[in-house]
Amino acid sequence: MSAQPETAHAPDLLYSEAEEDLRSAVRSLLTARADAPAVIAATESATPYDQELWASLASGIGAAGLLVPEKLGGQGAGHREAAVVLEELGRGVVPAPYLTSSVVATEVLLALDPLGGPAGELLADLAAGRRTAVLALPFATPPAGARAAMAGGLERTVTTVADAAAADVLLVPTAEGLYAVGTAGTGVTVEPLVPLDLTRPLASVTLAGAAGALLAEAGPAAVAVERGLLSGAGLLASEQLGIAEWCLTETVRHTRERHQFNRPVGSFQALKHRMAQLWLEVVSARAAARNAADALAAGAPDAPLAVAVAQAYCSKVAVHAAEECVQLHGGVGMTWEHPAHLYLKRAKADSTAYGTPGRHHETVARLTELPAP
Amino acid sequence: MTAATDADAIRRRTQDLLAAHPPATTGRAEFLRARFDAGLAWVHYPAGLGGLGAPRSLQAVADAELAAAGAPDNDPRRIGIGLGMAAPTILGYGTDEQKQRFLRPLWLGEEVWCQLFSEPGAGSDLAALGTRAVRDGDDWVVDGQKVWTSSAHVARWAILIARTDPGLPKHRGISYFVCDMTDPGVEVRPLRQITGEAEFNEVFLTGVRIPDSHRLGPVGEGWKVAQTTLMNERVSIGGARIPREGGMIGTVAKTWREHPGLRTHDLHQRLLTLWVEAEVARLTGERLRQQLVAGQPGPEGSGMKLAFARLNQEISGLEVELLGDEGLLYGDWTMRRPEIVDFTGRDAGYRYLRSKGNSIEGGTSEVLLNIVAERVLGLPAEPRNDKDVAWKDLAR
Repeated sequence: MSAQPETAHAPDLLYSEAEEDLRSAVRSLLTARADAPAVIAATESATPYDQELWASLASGIGAAGLLVPEKLGGQGAGHREAAVVLEELGRGVVPAPYLTSSVVATEVLLALDPLGGPAGELLADLAAGRRTAVLALPFATPPAGARAAMAGGLERTVTTVADAAAADVLLVPTAEGLYAVGTAGTGVTVEPLVPLDLTRPLASVTLAGAAGALLAEAGPAAVAVERGLLSGAGLLASEQLGIAEWCLTETVRHTRERHQFNRPVGSFQALKHRMAQLWLEVVSARAAARNAADALAAGAPDAPLAVAVAQAYCSKVAVHAAEECVQLHGGVGMTWEHPAHLYLKRAKADSTAYGTPGRHHETVARLTELPAP
Repeated sequence: MTAATDADAIRRRTQDLLAAHPPATTGRAEFLRARFDAGLAWVHYPAGLGGLGAPRSLQAVADAELAAAGAPDNDPRRIGIGLGMAAPTILGYGTDEQKQRFLRPLWLGEEVWCQLFSEPGAGSDLAALGTRAVRDGDDWVVDGQKVWTSSAHVARWAILIARTDPGLPKHRGISYFVCDMTDPGVEVRPLRQITGEAEFNEVFLTGVRIPDSHRLGPVGEGWKVAQTTLMNERVSIGGARIPREGGMIGTVAKTWREHPGLRTHDLHQRLLTLWVEAEVARLTGERLRQQLVAGQPGPEGSGMKLAFARLNQEISGLEVELLGDEGLLYGDWTMRRPEIVDFTGRDAGYRYLRSKGNSIEGGTSEVLLNIVAERVLGLPAEPRNDKDVAWKDLAR
C-alpha cells in the first residue's frame, strides 16, 4: 500500500450519550471508593485490589462484560465503552484487573468463538465478574509478539505477568495451543514481584506439573492471543489518556493556588506554556485513543495501525504529563503522600505494557511500508 | 417559499437550482449568481444575503449535491480572506446597506478582499497599532502603514483597523473600517520574504478618505469587531478534512519509499515519530470537525494551529536532510507574487523556509500558548502594565 489515500473506515471520534452515562457511573463509584488516599493505602496492603470495589465495578455497573455479547453472558457493548471505563480507571490510577481480565483475557476467549465448553463457561464468569483471568505472558509483550508467544510447553516460568496474583485462571499459550490453568490447582506457583507501578501488581508464574484445559489448537490460539494483545494495547491508550488528563488538571489546579514570588506560580509564562503544550497533547491523545477504540469496535481492517499509532503517541503523552506533574508540583510532587508519584509510576509502566512506543513504531513502519534502512 | 432548514429541504432546493441552471450549459458566473440568489451560498446566512437562515452544518448537504452534479465552486482559496474573515464580520456588525453592498460580490469572487490589521510595530500585540483615522466631516482620514497583507495587490476592498482616539487605552481607541483599495492614497508594495517570493505586501496609507458609512460597528469598538475577524481566522486554519498522509508527511513518505538509498537510521526514527504525530494531528482535526458538526464546538481549534506549525517545520526540516545532495539546491529565487500559498508542488527548501512563517502568522505560537493557558486552562493572566494607560503614553 505505497499509496494510502484514505482510511476505509470513517471513525466516530466523539463520545455517545450512553458512553457519557457510563463514565458518570464509573466516576461516581471511583470517587466514593477509590480516592487518592485509599489507593495509596491499598498499595501498602497485602491485597492487590479492593474486592468490593471490583465487584461493584465488574458486576454492579456491569463493566466486566462490556465486550461480551449478551448471548455469552455479557453486556453486548464494545470497545468504545470499555475505553471509557479505562479512561476513568486511569484517571484514578485504580488497582483493578480490568485491562488484563475484562479486556485482554476476555478478547482472547471471544476470539475462540466460544459457545460452550470451558472457554464459554470461563468467558461468562469473567463477564459477570465471578472470576478473573489473565494471559500468562510478560506485560511488555506487544501484539506483534503473539506468534512468538506460541512456543514452549505447559512447564514454564513466565515473569512480570500483570494481575496474576489475584487471578483465578491463567491463559497459557504453548506450542500445542492455549490452556486454561486454575491458579488454585497443584503445580501452580504465583510469586508476587515488587513492581515499579504499585497500582498494578506483577507476579512470576511457575507451572510445574499443573493441569490445564486445552481451549484451542496453536493456530487459532495464536490468532486469539494476537487479538487479545491488540485490544489490550489499543484500549491501554484510553487508560493513558485518563492518566494524562488527571495530571494536567491537577497541575493546573495546583499552580493556580500555589504562590511564590508573590504570584500564583501558574501565572509565569514558562509554566503556562508547558501546561498549554500538555493540553494540546492531551487533546491529541484523545483523538488517537478514540480512533483506536472505534477501529477495534468496528473490526476495521486498519485497526492494527490505529492501535500502533495510539500506543506510540499516548504512551509518550502519559509519561510526559506525569513527569510535568511531578516537576510543576515542586517538592510536593516528590512526596509519598501526594498521589503524583502513583501516576508517574503507572504512566512509565504503561509505556512498556503491550509494547514500547519503539515497538509500535516498528509496526507503523511495517504497515505503512516505511522500512528501516 | 417554504422554510428550508432541514437536510431534505436543502437537497430539494439544490436540485431545483441544478434543474433551472444545468451546470453543463450554464456559465460559471451565471451559475454562481443563481446559487447565491437561491440561498445556497452559505445556508446559515440570512435569506437575501446568500443564505436561508439554516443551521451551518447543512451547507455540507448542498455542497455534496453540487459537487456530485459537477457544479462550479467559488474558489474559496483565492477569496479566502473575504470569505473567512470579512464576510462574518460584515454579517455580524454591518448595516443592512453594507451587507447588501458587499456580501454578494465577495462570495462570487468578483471582489477580492484583504486585511489591513498588522503593522510593523503591532504584530502579536495587535492592539498597539498606530495607524490613525481622524474624523473630517462625513469622512475619516487615514494615515499609517500596514504589513503582511496577502492579496493586497489584487484586492478591491480591505478590512482595516485604525486608531481613532489615542487618548484612550490601546484596546478602546480603535475603530473598524472597510477601505477602498483603489483610493489614490493607498500604495501597495511587495514585501519579499525568506523564500524569495513576495507573497505578502506592505501597504502605505496616506490621507486615505473613508466615508463614515464604511465604518463597521461603533466608533471605538473596533477591537471587539476585530475579535470576530480573528476568531474566524483561527477557525479557518487547520479546520479542513485531510486524508491520511495528506499534507507534507505524504511527500516525505513517498520520497522514503521511492529512494532506499537515502535512508538512514536516524532519519527513520524521526520519520516514524513525525508520521505518528501527523496522523494524530489529522485525527484531532477530524475530531474537532465532528464536534462542530454535532454542535459541540470545543476549544481544540486554538491548539490545532500550534500542532500544524510545529509539524510542518519538523517534517520539512527532515525532508531537506533526507534529500541529501538535492536538499542543497533551491528551485528558484526569482521574486514572484503568488496569490495563494501552496506547499505542495514546490521543493523541499521552499517548504522548509515557508513553514517558518507558520508559527508566526495568525498569532505566534508563544501568544497562542498564552491564550490556551489563560482561556482554556484558566491560568492567571500575564501581569499587564498597558491596560489603563492611554495609547499615546505607552512606551514604543
